[in-house]
Amino acid sequence: MTPVYVIGGAVLLIALFVWSMYNSFVTLAEQISEAWSQIDVQLKRRIDLIPNLVASVKGYAKHEKSVFEDVTKARAAMMKAETPEQKGKASDVLTGALRSLLAIAENYPQLKANENFLQLQNEVSDTEDKIAYSRQFYNSTVMDFNVKTKLFPNSIIANSFGFKEKPFFKTTEEEKKNVKIEF
Amino acid sequence: MSIRSQIQSNIIRSYLFMGVFTLLVVLVAYVFGQATGYGDSYIGIALLISVISGFISYYFSDSIVLAMSGARPADKKKDFHLFTVTENLSLAAGIPMPRVYVIEDTAMNAFATGRDAKHATICATTGLVNRLDRRELEGVIAHELSHIQNYDIRLMAVVSILAGTIAYAADMFLRNLWWSDRRSRDDNRDDKGIFLILGIVLALITPLIASIIQLAISRKREFAADASGALLTRYPEGLARALEKIGKDHEILEGATNATAHLFITNPFKGKEVHAWFSNLFNTHPPIEERIRILREM
Repeated sequence: MTPVYVIGGAVLLIALFVWSMYNSFVTLAEQISEAWSQIDVQLKRRIDLIPNLVASVKGYAKHEKSVFEDVTKARAAMMKAETPEQKGKASDVLTGALRSLLAIAENYPQLKANENFLQLQNEVSDTEDKIAYSRQFYNSTVMDFNVKTKLFPNSIIANSFGFKEKPFFKTTEEEKKNVKIEF
Repeated sequence: MSIRSQIQSNIIRSYLFMGVFTLLVVLVAYVFGQATGYGDSYIGIALLISVISGFISYYFSDSIVLAMSGARPADKKKDFHLFTVTENLSLAAGIPMPRVYVIEDTAMNAFATGRDAKHATICATTGLVNRLDRRELEGVIAHELSHIQNYDIRLMAVVSILAGTIAYAADMFLRNLWWSDRRSRDDNRDDKGIFLILGIVLALITPLIASIIQLAISRKREFAADASGALLTRYPEGLARALEKIGKDHEILEGATNATAHLFITNPFKGKEVHAWFSNLFNTHPPIEERIRILREM
């Protein structure tokens, strides 16, 4: 085979490889964006559930003022958070505050028996689970993407087109203890 | 073995079995063709019948199984745990949420069906949902979702088409021997003799071998689904505990038949679980103790 054909073939193969690599980076990056917006959906759902939950608990346990304040403050902070890091921190604080709020029910048997409260409790716990799972999916997609940017020769393509490592949605020490709320 | 290497090794092994299976089909096609002088048309017809029947049962697998089991759609309020567990795990897997159905039966079982994630269905018995706690239910549903995600239903459909092809071809071959006209074959009798004998032997044993391979593939994919499910929940103990509870329950699920048995989380014909090596070859699912042991070692 003449050298022209050999070189031409090699160039074509390389071009195809770069093309498919670039596309897979783009696809993964989009999947990561989508996974992030899923988390956002769940975070918002939790914010929306809180006022009713607090009202329901207040009906039976008016005196637990500090807990209510914590929840209100944490909720406000959550609404203000913008970047993934800020949202992560705010989410952890809110989870802790909600856990204390739900723990109050242990001391008020009438509250525990209240249908409305039970349903809200289930919904909030379920939303916490959803946040945990969508966070898990986000992190695992980010891992796939990050590994890909580091492997050779993909790393060359990644650097040329500006695909950088993306951040994990990390847990703080507090949340690591007990991610899923027991039903 | 870690979760990820479990998944990988089981999937690779199932593909190896597929390769052996395909070779078997090719061998059978060749020998039958030589023995009868009809060439490839034999295996061609058998393949066609098998593909048509296989395709129909695969494409409509969800409707067929649901109708046969008498299932009803799940309700978010009535079946809160089943519904939300499926919702949450679909989020974790990044797939659209499958349709959820419930069978009113005290036997404990669950299955998944559907050709891909967009056309999938998950079904569980009330017996299962009532007796498992949420973490255990998550383990079971994660296992079922993994079947969908790993395209196991599609793989088993292809495998059963291959097995069906061998069964039909062997059947046709033996019938042909019985009814054929002897005169035309006297010409090259010696030449075809050896193939004839080989053909008869194959016709008798390959359907059996095909079944064994099909079941071996099914068991490997069950292990892979256990491991994939554990990766979803990050809590293999959930499924381990669920399997322990299911193993102790000896009730047989009435709606199941031989055709649908492999879709369930554990063999619905419980009474027949014998632990001899030989009979294990004919089990669609690996023994429960082994599954629990592997899950606890993850």
